[in-house]
Amino acid sequence: MSRDHILHKVRTALGRNAGQAPEPAPPVRLTIPTQETSARIDSLCARVEALAGKTYRAESDADACRYVAAAIEGKSAVASNAPLLAECGITALPNVRSGFYESAALREACASAGCGITSADYVLADTGTLVMLASPQEARLISLLPPVHIAVVASARILTSLDELLSLLPRPAEQTSSMVLITGPSRTADIEQILVRGVHGPGEIHVVVV
Amino acid sequence: MSAAFDEKIHETLGDSKLQFAIYASTARLIAKREHALEGDNLPDYQELRTHANALKKNTIDNLDYYLEQFEANVVAHGGKVIYAKDATEVADFVLSLAKERGSRLIVKSKSMTTEEVDFNKRLEHHNLESVETDLGEYLIQLAHDRPYHIVAPALHMTRFQVADLLTEKLGVPNETVIEKQTMIARSVLREKFLTADIGVSGANFLIADSGAIVLVENEGNARLTTSAPKIHIAVAGIEKLISRAQDLGVFLKLLGRSATGQALTVYTSFLSGPRRGQEIDGPDEFYVVLLDNGRTKLLADREKRQSLYCIRCGACLNHCPVYRKIGGHSFPWVYSGPIGAIITPQFLGVQHEPALPFASSLCGACAEVCPVKIDIPKILLELRADVQKSNLREGKGKMERITFRIWAWMMRHPRLYEFAGMAAASFAPSSNGGWLREVPAAMNLPPVRAWLSQRDLPPPPAKSFRQLWRER
Repeated sequence: MSRDHILHKVRTALGRNAGQAPEPAPPVRLTIPTQETSARIDSLCARVEALAGKTYRAESDADACRYVAAAIEGKSAVASNAPLLAECGITALPNVRSGFYESAALREACASAGCGITSADYVLADTGTLVMLASPQEARLISLLPPVHIAVVASARILTSLDELLSLLPRPAEQTSSMVLITGPSRTADIEQILVRGVHGPGEIHVVVV
Repeated sequence: MSAAFDEKIHETLGDSKLQFAIYASTARLIAKREHALEGDNLPDYQELRTHANALKKNTIDNLDYYLEQFEANVVAHGGKVIYAKDATEVADFVLSLAKERGSRLIVKSKSMTTEEVDFNKRLEHHNLESVETDLGEYLIQLAHDRPYHIVAPALHMTRFQVADLLTEKLGVPNETVIEKQTMIARSVLREKFLTADIGVSGANFLIADSGAIVLVENEGNARLTTSAPKIHIAVAGIEKLISRAQDLGVFLKLLGRSATGQALTVYTSFLSGPRRGQEIDGPDEFYVVLLDNGRTKLLADREKRQSLYCIRCGACLNHCPVYRKIGGHSFPWVYSGPIGAIITPQFLGVQHEPALPFASSLCGACAEVCPVKIDIPKILLELRADVQKSNLREGKGKMERITFRIWAWMMRHPRLYEFAGMAAASFAPSSNGGWLREVPAAMNLPPVRAWLSQRDLPPPPAKSFRQLWRER
């Protein structure tokens, strides 16, 4: 079997023995600035807008719901099972389907929906990034198949940066099979380096901060 | 130099449209990278490079330990690890799994490693359809071409060529607007994603302490590839390992900025094992194929081992004055540019294309922009020495050796040397002060001709150095 063959070749080349401990790795390098929540929100919104995303600072749950209702008017939408969406009343909107716990049904709904609504486990202020962990609350495909993605996030979930995320979750794999960082709408520049949005994932992204 | 290498270079140099396409695209990528690094955009850029180099050195120097740690963690999360020594073993594994599961259609996200093993063709031989889903790679596959650039595979194609290609292969009306071309590809590929049985991805990083793979992309095709089908297979070189998830901060900050000038690419997926208990969607099976394919050969050399630190950002290609003239297809293998020039001879042997390490001006731009500080010029020099050693062993380059022996003998006989110099000057064609492109027939011996094919001669001086010395 190639496993033992390859490991043997690696060890021979490196002059190491089976089971030998590694040399100590360089220290972890994480730099986390201190930043007020309001500054985080400012930075987040500026970054998302720079990437052609839309942002909205909701004053209340009801305000967030009004924004989402206006954004999905005339479209069908699928919402995730994130508690925040129900608290805001978004799952109760007439054109929103929610409560999917089964893969095939969810997929069919997402494939035909005009809009996917999710929350996010964390948000990174310095890059305008949504951090989504797959769970019973959040499916992978809602933020991926529909052409529009709306994320409604709690301001307490806004972290300064990737480094802060990695200090909070030193091993994301212990919690989920999939952690995805989403920074702006799907894009490509594969033909003549010309930017086109919405190639496979959503071409339009809204971040609503509650 | 092989005839094919020579021919490809001249073909590229003679194609003015292609020259413009390469120059313009790489210039844009250079500008984007510069913008992403200027001012306060990444103040600790140099420290991050040094740190990334140290992290990669630690992982590669202890690779066997991290491979086993990675494997144990993948298994702990319900996945499987397959070691493959070459292209055949990769194809064999995928084929047997597809047969067992009755799979017909594979969707693929962009991966240089699968290019390296000629994945799609091998599967097509066995009637298994494997569709590239990255827009650039999809176009390349439709055209039966190979990637022009590590990051921008269709860099050499214009929108007009794309329009003709889509019309020819898909039967759609000719469409030259790039947005509309993209939407055509989207709708064709969306159908494939929703019907595919297997998704095959590469991996930008393998994380030993998590048993996870990390994928970095902008389109969303890698997310679809790894989320929609029931089976996900990641194919990655063994050198893609990093030891800890927490080190991702360092690498992700460098990778996006160096490649396309993005602080983070649109999607960064951190995937470990199949869908778990209560999760709603995701694959039921998760495999990681760890590929050797020549990598273990490199490990033995302490100096050249650093070639395996590469994170495939493509910055060295964009900044290379040679790549920017001769383009990606002149290079003899799937990896082009400076990084291709150092890994191709080490993976495939120096005699695969002996001229490759010499096709460089050693200007050092590649080393300056490399986010993990690989000393590419130094490795090129070492490879040049390896080529010479290999030539000696194989009895090649006899003419060169004889010529230099004669030269050395003449240098030891001053009078003869002076006489030869005078003779050469008197034979040389008259010059009006310009450089000489050719010499008279009597002097046009094969070694002289070979030398002159790449160079011009300065005009012969009125007096030699020796004459001037005597007259001083």
